[in-house]
Amino acid sequence: MNLLTHTPALIIAIPLLAAFLMPVIGRINKKTNGIFTTFALGISLILTILLAFKILSVGTQVYVFGAKSPVLTLPSGLEFPIRIMFQIDAMSIFMGLITATVSFLGAIFSLSFMDKHNGLDKYYSLLLLLTVGMFGMEFTGDVFNFFVFLEIASIAAVALIAFRGTDLGEPAEAGFKYMVVSSISALMVLFAVGIFYGQYDLLNFAALASVIKYSQLDKIALGLLIPVLAMKAGAVPMHMWAPDAYSEAPAPITMILVVASQASLYALFRVTFSLYNITLNTLAVGWIIIILGLLSMFMGVTMAIIQKDIKRLMAYHAISQTGYMFLGVGVGLAVLANPISLSQYGITAMEGGIFHIMNHAMYKGLLFLTAGALFYRTGTKDLDKMGGLAHSMKYTTIFFIIGAAAIAGLPPFNGFASKLLIYESVYRFNPLLSIIAMLVSILTLASFVKAFHSAFLGPKLPQFKEVREVPRSMVWAMAVLSCIIIFFGLFPDLIVKNLVHPAVMALIEQFKYTGTVLGGI
Amino acid sequence: MLGLLETGSGFWSAIVWVIVVLVIWVIVYYIRSKGEKSYKKNTEQDQPFISGNPELSKEGSHISASHIYWGFTEALKGYYNPLIKMHTGNMNDYSSWIVIIAVIILIIVGVNG
Repeated sequence: MNLLTHTPALIIAIPLLAAFLMPVIGRINKKTNGIFTTFALGISLILTILLAFKILSVGTQVYVFGAKSPVLTLPSGLEFPIRIMFQIDAMSIFMGLITATVSFLGAIFSLSFMDKHNGLDKYYSLLLLLTVGMFGMEFTGDVFNFFVFLEIASIAAVALIAFRGTDLGEPAEAGFKYMVVSSISALMVLFAVGIFYGQYDLLNFAALASVIKYSQLDKIALGLLIPVLAMKAGAVPMHMWAPDAYSEAPAPITMILVVASQASLYALFRVTFSLYNITLNTLAVGWIIIILGLLSMFMGVTMAIIQKDIKRLMAYHAISQTGYMFLGVGVGLAVLANPISLSQYGITAMEGGIFHIMNHAMYKGLLFLTAGALFYRTGTKDLDKMGGLAHSMKYTTIFFIIGAAAIAGLPPFNGFASKLLIYESVYRFNPLLSIIAMLVSILTLASFVKAFHSAFLGPKLPQFKEVREVPRSMVWAMAVLSCIIIFFGLFPDLIVKNLVHPAVMALIEQFKYTGTVLGGI
Repeated sequence: MLGLLETGSGFWSAIVWVIVVLVIWVIVYYIRSKGEKSYKKNTEQDQPFISGNPELSKEGSHISASHIYWGFTEALKGYYNPLIKMHTGNMNDYSSWIVIIAVIILIIVGVNG
């Protein structure tokens, strides 16, 4: 038996098994949980990279659970697939790579960051389950299992947000808020799944896509899925849970939560492109996504400027940056039914939006880790109380500058490359949208100048005389993210050509998505 | 060419940008090296000129986050006041927004879509 055939299942099975082993592993000593988690997520990362190479060279991979052969999607006599399956195309693996990288680095950062906390077996179990949930959302080939993985990720995230809340009110409150919004979204997703199943007796994405009629019921399902998936991605005005959750969760968890939000964004794109595609009024739905993007970009950044809590400031920026992804992909959706506009600027706009998902995960992850590093040494998130920390935290200062420059879209960092793709392509669709996007970038820079000045510049403050650089594992996690940011910024063409463009085409070419499962490809 | 990103309307090369910045940096450094050399460290030349007012202690002169962009937020009070009011922190409001947006999207998709 070739073990590599089972890579899609192993990517999820290894962290899942590790999650349930945590209470046993934790008996050895306090540090083994973290080391074992890092090891399990390291293997998942390697397997994800191997799978990415396979998908990008061979094509979409299907893994059918319980079948005689994992690639047997249609046993003889069946018209549609009935088994649980993973369907991993270039878009899924693009998201999988982000999830694997960020979770692995989150675990490394946690090694020192969480060393003063108790209950680490639970913390690492939940971190692994959150990762499993995200992988599942990205790899699953059916709508019901998407709901199951969404729930796994949400429940793990709720507990992780509230992890520091045993003696503090705010983390528990933030966890509760996230639980309520997650429950609403899960119910609405389940309702939409019920609509599909009631109409077509199908749960498989590809099979549904091949028969979907865009009936009144399908419109209701779409009308339920768009707002809740956009809400989980942090779109304004349904974003209010995000600053609460992001600011109260431990820093490495916040970094992973950003990717969990992006997994919902991925699901939104999967539903609109792979499931409905041109059966829907692409212009109307495209504009809905564009408007959600505009609101998120502008209101996110303007709210960020007035924040004093460094993690809340960054959380509002996460909302604002998600707006760019909505904008880029929304423009692509709006012109999906118009082949000329799609080839002239629609695909580029989508490339910008999708590339921004990866860039955002890296620089926002880095920024949240720097905020965590500051909190680890100073014990505060309040920018008013900070100052002069560049004197004693030189590495963290450099990493913050890299992250801030990347998010503000300054060359030569990665944020500039994806934003440039968005500006230039969206301008051809509607110049005003592009101008607003540029204005938001300027405000982002202004906001991070404020954060940088408040935390790092100025004289060394007496209360921080003893502050020194954070432990090595935290520095390493931030250093790896910084290197990725610089590499993506210097060679964006490599990423766009080899990862982003195939991901965009996987979304656009619905016939390939359905054909992989139902035959004909 | 490695590092050349095509944007549909043009192209972008971060490598060329970095080379240009390095060349500019060398020129600026050269011009700076030709400047006035009579500056002496730890003399009155180090003191900031603040119209004859006494200099604050270094620790006391740090401007905290709340004071930065005060003018910006003050000028945009009309925009910020309702925006801040909207962020109540109340779970009922969070849920209401989801319902409101869901209804709007359902109407748009139902009518147009």
